[in-house]
Amino acid sequence: MKRAAAALLCCMGLAQADGVRPARDFLSPELRAQQDDPSRHPGWLWVDEGEALWRAGERSCQSCHGDVAAMAGVAARYPAVAADGALLNLELRIERCREEQQGAPRFGYESQALLSLTAAIAQRSRGLAMSVPVDGAAAPFLERGREFYATRQGQLNLSCGQCHDENAGRRLRGDVISSGIGTGYPAYRLEWNTLGSLHRRLRACSLGVRAEQLPLGGADYLALELYLAHRARGMPMEAPGIRR
Amino acid sequence: MSSPISPRFAETPRRAVLLLPLAALPARAQEESFTAAERALLAGRVPVDGGITLDIPTLSENGNSVDLSVRVDSPWTLRDHVTAIHVLSERNPVPRVASFHLSHRAGRAEIATRIRLATTQQVTVLAETSTGQVHRAAREVIVILGACVEGG
Amino acid sequence: MTDFTARITMPETARRGDVVPIRVIIRHPMEREITAEGLTPLPRRIIHSFRVTYAGEEVFRMALSAGVTANPYVAFTTIATETGTLHFEWLEDGGAVHRREARLVVTA
Repeated sequence: MKRAAAALLCCMGLAQADGVRPARDFLSPELRAQQDDPSRHPGWLWVDEGEALWRAGERSCQSCHGDVAAMAGVAARYPAVAADGALLNLELRIERCREEQQGAPRFGYESQALLSLTAAIAQRSRGLAMSVPVDGAAAPFLERGREFYATRQGQLNLSCGQCHDENAGRRLRGDVISSGIGTGYPAYRLEWNTLGSLHRRLRACSLGVRAEQLPLGGADYLALELYLAHRARGMPMEAPGIRR
Repeated sequence: MSSPISPRFAETPRRAVLLLPLAALPARAQEESFTAAERALLAGRVPVDGGITLDIPTLSENGNSVDLSVRVDSPWTLRDHVTAIHVLSERNPVPRVASFHLSHRAGRAEIATRIRLATTQQVTVLAETSTGQVHRAAREVIVILGACVEGG
Repeated sequence: MTDFTARITMPETARRGDVVPIRVIIRHPMEREITAEGLTPLPRRIIHSFRVTYAGEEVFRMALSAGVTANPYVAFTTIATETGTLHFEWLEDGGAVHRREARLVVTA
């Protein structure tokens, strides 16, 4: 009985009753091919840099965690609630490690170093299924994220779902509206000419509906990131992605 | 100062420059500068249409990054091979986008790169051979803005 | 952190006479000149030249303008002639030179 229930849940997770599809499904065949080809994907420049940073210094990431390959699967379980009750995404987890374990100053959100390390770690989960824990301490954050997602915002008075659920797959100006999951971030966006974080992308979403652009790493975007990760459960990680 | 949207990003001045002055050059001046650049490269030779496979999307993903690949048919002998491939833009601020110089050691004429296109326009490719011939190919590319860009 | 890094993708070995595909991506902002009114003027800072030698002989050269995409990508070919080193050299506005190399082992 229990097993049947688990199997049912699993199926629902894969089929995504709410119609969520992997981010790559919304890319053109050309961009999808580039995302799959490190020889043509500029995001790998940051992965290389991040792997060098992983090994750099005396109290390097490697000195505690071993080879970066050991990070396989980690990014698929973030954001996660830390021991002190704070919700941390991968970027903030790295920053905390810097301060507490390495005794070094934070890199700063959206800095090249932090993007590089995040990309190097996230890349190790490429192809693995998203599975963030959302029970226990994470539950209130998930609710906050779900509420943010469902709330109409900005001068255009739109909720996230009005684009990413009701109109996913349809065109908006030059783009195809995706399911709005963050599995490809940090991603190389052609519009940016560089690698950028999910929160930077969310700021562009906020601007898109003419709402206030919230701080990178702030509580609302963090809670939303958790909800998006939950929406994406069972979907393959694509970081570093390529996006338009 | 430049853009009220997202001043925290270092990219802002460059983005602003993409949005503003590319259209500032009058169409007439652009055409003239493109024609002059092409004439200088041809140096009196009359280009032959054909012999070039120019692969570029009809509808670009984003004008910041348009994939382009060029293959030129050639017998590829020491005497007769491709020596240069030039990419020209009709409506960018700079008409000569890139030039590729090949020797016989390339083995074949097959190159790829990514270019910026300021607006919808024709992209022209000239290929010079060691026998003094010039081949020409051109394709129209539509450049559209994406949704939810940081500049709104 | 430097703002120039390079990724060179090519086979490590080839048979003599094979046409070897080479793909290169570099990290560089390819900054255009800014002269527009109301903006802080900035000089152009791009990689303007890329040159490849193989066992001492030039096999590929590219002239780049500000019309080449940031973090430039380029693909080209070379015939495998002998075991040797390919030297990749990028010239930047302001005089900076960036260099990388890769070894190609050629079998009969």
